[in-house]
This record gives sequence, structure tokens and C-alpha cells, in this order.
Amino acid sequence: MEPTNINNPEYFHKVVDCQHACPAHTPVPEYIRLIAEEKYTEAYMINWDSNVFPGVLGRTCDRPCEPACRRGRIDGQDEEPVAICRLKRVAADNKGDVKSLMPQGPFKPNGKKIALIGAGPASLTVARDLAPLGYEIHLYDEQKLGGGFMRSQIPSFRLPETVLNEEVNYILDLGIHTHFNHYVKSLKDTLANGYDAVFVGSGAPKGRDLDIPGRKEGASNIHIGINWLANVAFEHTAKIGKKVIVLGGGNTAMDCCRTARRLGGNDVKVVVRSPFAEMKASPWEKEDAAHEDIPIIDNHVPKSFVVENGVLKGMMFEKVVAEYDKEGKRKLVPVGGPDIFIEADDVLIAVGQENSYPWIERDLGIDFDKWEMPIVNEVTFVSSNPKVFFGGDAAWGPKNVITAVAHGHQAAISMDLFCRGESMTVRPSPFVNLVSQKMGIHEWAYDSAVVNDERYVVPQAEKKVTLSNRKKEVELGFSGITGFKEAQRCLNCDIQTVFTTDKCIECDACMDVCPTACISFTDNADESDLRNMLKMPALNKSQDLYVSEPLKTKRVMVKDENVCLHCGLCAERCPTSAWDMQKFFYNVTKAHTGCSSHK
Amino acid sequence: MTYIRPKFRHPELPKNKLGYSVDYYEGALSTLCAGCGHDSISAGIIQAAFELNIEPHKLAKLSGIGCSSKTPAYFLSNSHGFNSVHGRMPSVATGANLANRDLTYFGVSGDGDTASIGMGQFVHAIRRSLNMTYIVMNNGCYGLTKGQDSATADQGSKNKSGNVNLFESIDLASLAIELGATFVAQSFSGDKSQLVPLIKAAMNHPGFAFINVISPCVTFNNNMGSTKSYDYVREHVEATATIDFVPEMQEISVEYGKGKQKQVVMHDGSVIQLHKLSEDWDPLDRQSAMNAVLNSKAKNEILTGLLYVNPDAHDLHHMINTSDRALNSLTKAELCPGSEMLVDINSGLR
Ligand SMILES: Cc1cc2nc3c(=O)[nH]c(=O)nc-3n(C[C@H](O)[C@H](O)[C@H](O)COP(=O)(O)OP(=O)(O)OC[C@H]3O[C@@H](n4cnc5c(N)ncnc54)[C@H](O)[C@@H]3O)c2cc1C
Ligand SMILES: Cc1ncc(C[n+]2csc(CCOP(=O)(O)OP(=O)(O)O)c2C)c(N)n1
Ligand code: SF4
Ligand code: SF4
Ligand code: SF4
Ligand SMILES: [Mg+2]
Repeated sequence: MEPTNINNPEYFHKVVDCQHACPAHTPVPEYIRLIAEEKYTEAYMINWDSNVFPGVLGRTCDRPCEPACRRGRIDGQDEEPVAICRLKRVAADNKGDVKSLMPQGPFKPNGKKIALIGAGPASLTVARDLAPLGYEIHLYDEQKLGGGFMRSQIPSFRLPETVLNEEVNYILDLGIHTHFNHYVKSLKDTLANGYDAVFVGSGAPKGRDLDIPGRKEGASNIHIGINWLANVAFEHTAKIGKKVIVLGGGNTAMDCCRTARRLGGNDVKVVVRSPFAEMKASPWEKEDAAHEDIPIIDNHVPKSFVVENGVLKGMMFEKVVAEYDKEGKRKLVPVGGPDIFIEADDVLIAVGQENSYPWIERDLGIDFDKWEMPIVNEVTFVSSNPKVFFGGDAAWGPKNVITAVAHGHQAAISMDLFCRGESMTVRPSPFVNLVSQKMGIHEWAYDSAVVNDERYVVPQAEKKVTLSNRKKEVELGFSGITGFKEAQRCLNCDIQTVFTTDKCIECDACMDVCPTACISFTDNADESDLRNMLKMPALNKSQDLYVSEPLKTKRVMVKDENVCLHCGLCAERCPTSAWDMQKFFYNVTKAHTGCSSHK
Repeated sequence: MTYIRPKFRHPELPKNKLGYSVDYYEGALSTLCAGCGHDSISAGIIQAAFELNIEPHKLAKLSGIGCSSKTPAYFLSNSHGFNSVHGRMPSVATGANLANRDLTYFGVSGDGDTASIGMGQFVHAIRRSLNMTYIVMNNGCYGLTKGQDSATADQGSKNKSGNVNLFESIDLASLAIELGATFVAQSFSGDKSQLVPLIKAAMNHPGFAFINVISPCVTFNNNMGSTKSYDYVREHVEATATIDFVPEMQEISVEYGKGKQKQVVMHDGSVIQLHKLSEDWDPLDRQSAMNAVLNSKAKNEILTGLLYVNPDAHDLHHMINTSDRALNSLTKAELCPGSEMLVDINSGLR
């Protein structure tokens, strides 16, 4: 193999598994260390810069970082990832004054005007990144307040309104012109208003319906899940029948059933077509539903609504079993026998959402594909009309908040470049820094010891209380001390092992001491061969090999990054400091921090 | 202070026949200087014990005094150990071995511990063919007492402060061959692919097995002019052959190309596989082994690998016809067979 080019920041970035997996590339271990040091304000600001809604995300993030977390794969058994997401909440809960650390308006106008359609996390991120550059920003939403689905869909028992308001207001306070209760009926008209650029962050607002017999007859007790949740959030709906069926297996279904439990449903069931293990909902949401006495009935396909004398009585289902062909494609095969009847006073349909663009005229130079989705550039987020940008769920269908934020950052950069007449394809480089952590013998600037604690569980409020009040937050968050202990479980994957070939005397000390057999000295070979020539075969191909220049003996040092604990023992035992532990800081450049400097 | 070894090990570590993975054979985290050759040898011992499926409670590690003699703290934590007095490991080993012949005895010493203060004990352990493995971690100096020249420092070599050694060095390997050791090998701490099979073969040998391992003292004897530094050893090392140790009953499947090959079958059916043998050398012939050592010395080479082996060796117990069983397993009836037996013995002496 060729020697690894560690000057390419993407090499070490990939070693920081959580940060790499985070769509917004939040510098996770850095903020976790700050939490351990009780520097909550600093930890919050690192998050705020990257993901804009630390308080919201610390409660609701889909956490793509956690399955990626190295801690989850270091013992091959039941070691769980660090509670990255809930640690974020510790920073948000305990922070001091952060407002004074944010960009301070009023900003000198730059003469350009921008419209953002939809006030969800994608648009709000664009607003935050562009406001400090002097753009006049107009934010439109049909709802009466900003926040998008974070407000209308995520229930208050998971995300209190106060937390959401605080973080939405940090952005609106930057001098954003809001146009709430304003449904944008025509993009053509909007463009005609003289905007230099328009960002479409309208989400995927249309809930899928279920067209089976009885749908029309039972309509008054059959609800589209996301519409129903929005009605609850905006207090148009306050009650539901005692017996409720929720159809669907995703997170929306989980929010629907748990909300129904709080509005009078005391016999709430989730019924899903697929097997339990294949449901789209996150495992923790399924657990939370189970904890609230909500059974999940899997392998049941809805056949019809049963309506008698104009009143909904329940639903018929066909029981199926999942079978898989050679390619692993699933087929739901009926098991035979009579259909199954389940009683219900109300049914909530949570079987997916879709984009819908009736308000975008098709003669604006914006190309749509055969599924009626706009064609959007994956790097710049621009559509085929160079003035119109898309991001969040509006671009490629429903995802999650952190993805919407990541899109917003990149779209903001593009819009700024576009408004200044520069090429959108030349993207700003990330901010990176690499600093030795050596303080002395056996002394490092980070806590290199690897603790053995198991993942801590976030305490919850009593069920009696939470089920009787839809606004009572279920999770209580980690206390400061539990937060510290959980933070100590982080392996500090951003503290990189950096190897200097010409210092190495090939004494084997690092190889011998490494607890997880990461380091080998061997003849060089092709990657596929080399992976099998190491002290332990490097079988996780998604993790890179770090290969040195040839050593004196013509061999090379090869480090399998897979299960390195970042314990620093290799550097500790190296007589010549050929290994050093160096803190790698990587931060995605945002419009207001990066582009402005090359104005 | 953050010098703590994590409990986590590689999640896919293989297990040996006893169901242990290699970490079961580890010891405490070393306190020797970072980069000391001795630590590499410790790692080699751990690997060899793992691969040989040694039951840790069936092994005793013994040592004298010195950085080298400290290493038993850094391997095989689950085994017996005796850290004795400077140069006196052989007598402790002799006593232990005579009392309990069921254990594997693993002695660790230094060049100071063996070739200076312990020389008298060393040579007699060889003469008596004590069944043990005896490793000298040879760094040409007294590391623990800050690097004074030892008796294995080569004449003309320079120590860290620039002084030239005036005295002829003691060559421990040729001495061992001379005195009748039945397994003699030499190796380098920086070459585990050679060291590990040698340790395994030595532990399987039924007599005195000696391995002299050049092991650089990174702090006091790794300077220019030293003949025991990493660089010097790497430039001058020459191997008798490439070695594999194949435990009994295992199919020998590796095929080697050209060059001489030899198999030495040990008493228990295990095999030492040698290939790419050097010219004019026969590991079963003492004379040829002696010549090989002297020839390479004349050429300023450090000859490593197996030097000499007599697979049919007999140990001390055999020579003096001791009890077949460990003393701790003898019952009172066997130890005090009664007055009739005493009369018998006494009459035999008349
Ligand atoms: C029930 C439910 C629970 C969820 N829970 C989570 C969670 O826990 N964690 C997570 O990360 N994600 C969750 N999501 C997904 C997440 O809410 C979305 O992916 C995210 O909000 C998308 O952000 P966005 O900025 O693209 O648009 P949205 O947040 O969807 O905002 C779009 C806004 O645009 C408005 N709008 C649309 N068209 C127009 C128009 N023509 N004129 C004016 N306004 C318009 C809409 O009213 C809406 O307010 C959940 C989704 C649902 C449905
Ligand atoms: C009876 C006695 N004399 C002297 C000493 C001092 N002493 C301690 S270690 C040592 C030499 C050790 O050298 P070596 O065996 O080569 O071990 P190394 O530290 O080099 O591995 C000496 C002389 C002692 N401990 N005991
Ligand atoms: S913001 Fe979400 S995805 Fe990103 S690191 Fe945090 S928890 Fe993970
Ligand atoms: S930091 Fe060094 S010693 Fe520790 S696990 Fe990683 S490679 Fe091994
Ligand atoms: S002084 Fe020399 S022999 Fe002793 S531990 Fe240090 S390097 Fe090893
Ligand atoms: Mg010594």
C-alpha cells in the first residue's frame, strides 16, 4: 500500500467515527470532553455552530453517530456506544449565557434579499448562517410559529416548547423578517418579488393515506397521523377515543400512539405490516412505546375499516409472514385462515409522508423527475434554476432534523457564493488543527485512561404523571455527575495516533503494548493481502489502515484503526516519540465563518 | 498520571485449546524503559505460552536481579514465580525442580546476572542438565544499575559515555555448548518470528534449554559504537536457518523452496522444522555448531537461530534416579515406608 497521507484532513476525520457519521460533522469528542470539564457553555457553542439546535437535538436527534461510535465495537459483545445525543442535552440544560457568544446584530446590510420557504430546521439554518453576512432574509411559513416539523410533529413530551422556542428565537433575533400564517401559493410570484435567491425548505408535508374499503364511511374517526399530530400541537385537537389503532411502524407511528395515550386512549395498539425487527422506528422509540403499555402487533396487513351505522367499529387485518428470496428481497405472504378483527374508536394512519409541490410552477426552469421531485445538486443544493435552492426534507424526501441542518449549512454557502457571483463548486475547506497532547512522562492533556463503566440510562419522569399531561417531558436528562461519568466513556477518538517514520527504531514496544493489537510491523503488500498479514487480521473494511513510509528494515508500520482505544499506550511506550497523541479538530466551514473572510 | 492498561482486548482474539486467549498469559504493565528489548522478549514468551496451550498453574518463572530479571512480573501473571537473589536463580530452580518435577521451569536472567555474579551457578545448572528453559536477556550491560559494561560486552565496543571495553567478552552460547547443554539457541529481541518458535522448542526440550537473546538496552547501550544496539544487531545478524516449531500430531503443510531443510523430531513427537539452513552446519552435531558460532564471530556476525540440539537428552531426575512423582504428591506411607524397609536399606549398605 502507499503510505497514508495524513495531511488530507479526511483521513483523521474518518477516524472520529461519530463526527464522521454526523451529517453536520459535529466535533463530538471535543464537546464531550468540555462537558466532563463542566464547560457546558463552550460545549453548547461547539454544538450550536455545527448543528444549530443542541437543545432540540439533545432530545430528539436520530443519532446516526451512535451506531458508528467506536465504543460499540470494542468488545464484540454488549458494550454500548457512548450516549452522545443525551450528553448534548447536558450541555444545553446546564449552559450559561450563550447569547452574547452568538453573532451580534444589527448587521450591515449587503444589499441582497433572500426568501426562505418553510420555517423548519433547514431554512432556519440558512437564516442563521446568512444573516450575519448582511442578507435581508424573509422567512415564510403557513404555521403561526417557526420550527417546522420540530414544532408541529415532535410531541411536547419529547421536546418541550420552551426549548424549541429558545433555539428558534436565537435565529429569529438575528433580524429575520418573518411571514408566518403565510402559505406560499406561487413560487413564480415569490421570485417576482425581487429576491436574489430563494431557498425551498418546505419539508415533506403530505401524509400518505390508505385507500381500503370503509375509508370514506369511517372518515370522521380516521386521521392522517401527521395532520393529527399538528392539530394536537396547535391545540385544535385535545381528545381521542378510548380504543385506538395506529397503523405504521416508523417514528411517526410511535409519536402518534404515545400522543393518543395522553389524549384519552387507554387501549392503544400499533399494527404494522412488517416483522417487529424490521420496523423503521428507532429501537429506543419502540422501547418507550412498550414502556407506555402500547403493544406492537406485527405481520398484520390492513384489509378494511369496519363501519356500522356510520360509526367506526374497528379494522380487519390479514396475518402474513415475511419470506425472503435469494437477493434478500422481502415478500409478505398470507398465512391463511380468517382475517383478524381489531376493535377501534379511532384510527391514526402513519404509513409515510411525501413531498408535494402544487405551488411550484413547472415553467420556472426547475427540472422535476418522474416522481415529481425537483432535481437538486447534492453538493451545492441548487436546482436547475440557479436562483432556487432546496434542502431538508424538501430535497430528497423525509429524513431528520440533523440532515436538514447539514443541508442548510451547505445551501447557505452556495447562496452566498451565488449572490457574490462566485463559483458554487469551489467549496470552502474545513477548519482543521492538530496539536500534541504530551504534557510530560505519563501525562497527557486528555484523560487517556479507558473507563469500564456501562452506558448510563437517562432517568424518566413517572409514567402516571407523563401520561396524564401531554406537555410533561418524559426524559429528565442526565444529572451533572451522571453526565460526567457518561462523558468519561468517550474514547477520545479525535486524539489521533500520529506516526513519524524516521523516528522509529523498530523496537516493537508499541506493537507489544497495544491492548487491542492495532499495530503491526510487516512487509508491505496490497491492501487485501496486508489486511491478513497483521497481528490481528483487519476484517472491518470500513475502517482504514494507517501505513507508514518504508522503515529501515524495509518493512512498514501498519495500524488498523478499527478498534484503537486512543489510550495513548503506544505513544507512552515509544522511546523516540515516533508515536504522538495529537488532538485533531475538524470543523465544517459555515457561510458566516468561512466565506466572509475571502470577500 | 494516566498509565493504565485498558481492560479491552481485540474483540476477535483467537482462543487456544484450553479456551484462553493470549491476554490470559499477560502480566502487569511493564515499568521498564520505553523501548527496552526485554519487553519484546516478554511479549514473545506470552505468545509462546499461549500457542503451547500452557496451563498457567503448571509453570514457574524464576529470575535473579536486574531489569531482565524483573520481567517475570510482566508476563504469565497466573503462573508461579520466584524473584530470587542476584545470580542465584539456578539454585532456586534446582531446588524447585527436584521437589516438583511436574512444573515447567522458566528461568529469566540477564548478562550481568548470569555471566558475572551468577556464572558459578549457571555452569553447574548446565552440567546437571536441569530440565528448564534458561533465557538470558543480553544487553551487554548492567541496565538496572545504570549501564556499566557487563562481561558479555564485546571487546572494543563503546559504551554510552564513550569508554572502550578492554576485555574479552564471554560468549554464553558457546560456553553452554561446551558445557554440554542439550539445547542452545541465540536470538534477537527484535525478531519475534524467530524468537517465538525458539522459546516454544526450548520449553518442549527435556533438558537444559538455553537461549541467549540479544536485547538492546535502549537507555544505556543503544549508542553508536555499541555492538548491542538495535542498529548494530540488525546490520550484523545472520541466521542459521529459518525455524518453525510444529507441535506433535500436526500435519506439516508448509512448503519451502530451494535450500537445505531439516526436521528435528523431539522426544514427545513435536518437530523443529528448519529451512534455508546455512552451509556446513548440522544442528545435531556439537562440533559443527561450535564451528558455526566461531566462524560467524570471526566475520563479525551475530549468529542467531537454533545452534545445537540433542533431542534425546536426559535430565537430572533421570540421571540421579529420583522419584517419578512430585514430592508434594507423595503420601506419608510412601515417605515413611516403615522400619522393615529401613532394615532392608541398611542391610543393602553392609
Ligand atoms: C411525527 C414526526 C416525528 C419526528 N421526529 C423526529 C425526531 O425525533 N428527530 C428528528 O431528527 N426528526 C424527526 N422527524 C423528522 C423531522 O421533523 C424532519 O425531517 C425535519 O423537520 C425536516 O426539516 P425541514 O427543514 O426540511 O422541513 P420541516 O421541518 O418539515 O418544515 C417545513 C415547513 O414548511 C412549511 N411549508 C411547507 N410548504 C409551505 C408553503 N408552500 N408555504 C409556507 N410554508 C410551507 C410547513 O408547514 C413546515 O412548517 C419527525 C417527523 C415526524 C413526521
Ligand atoms: C549481590 C548483589 N550485587 C550487586 C547488585 C547490584 N545489581 C543489581 S542489578 C545488577 C546487574 C544487572 O545486570 P543484568 O543482569 O545484565 O540485568 P539488566 O538490568 O541489564 O537486564 C547489579 C550489579 C545486587 N542487586 N545484588
Ligand atoms: S448531532 Fe445528532 S447526529 Fe450529530 S453527533 Fe450529535 S447526536 Fe450524533
Ligand atoms: S492508542 Fe495506541 S496503544 Fe492505544 S489502542 Fe490505539 S494504537 Fe493501541
Ligand atoms: S535500563 Fe536498559 S535494560 Fe533496564 S529497562 Fe531501561 S532499557 Fe531496559
Ligand atoms: Mg544486562
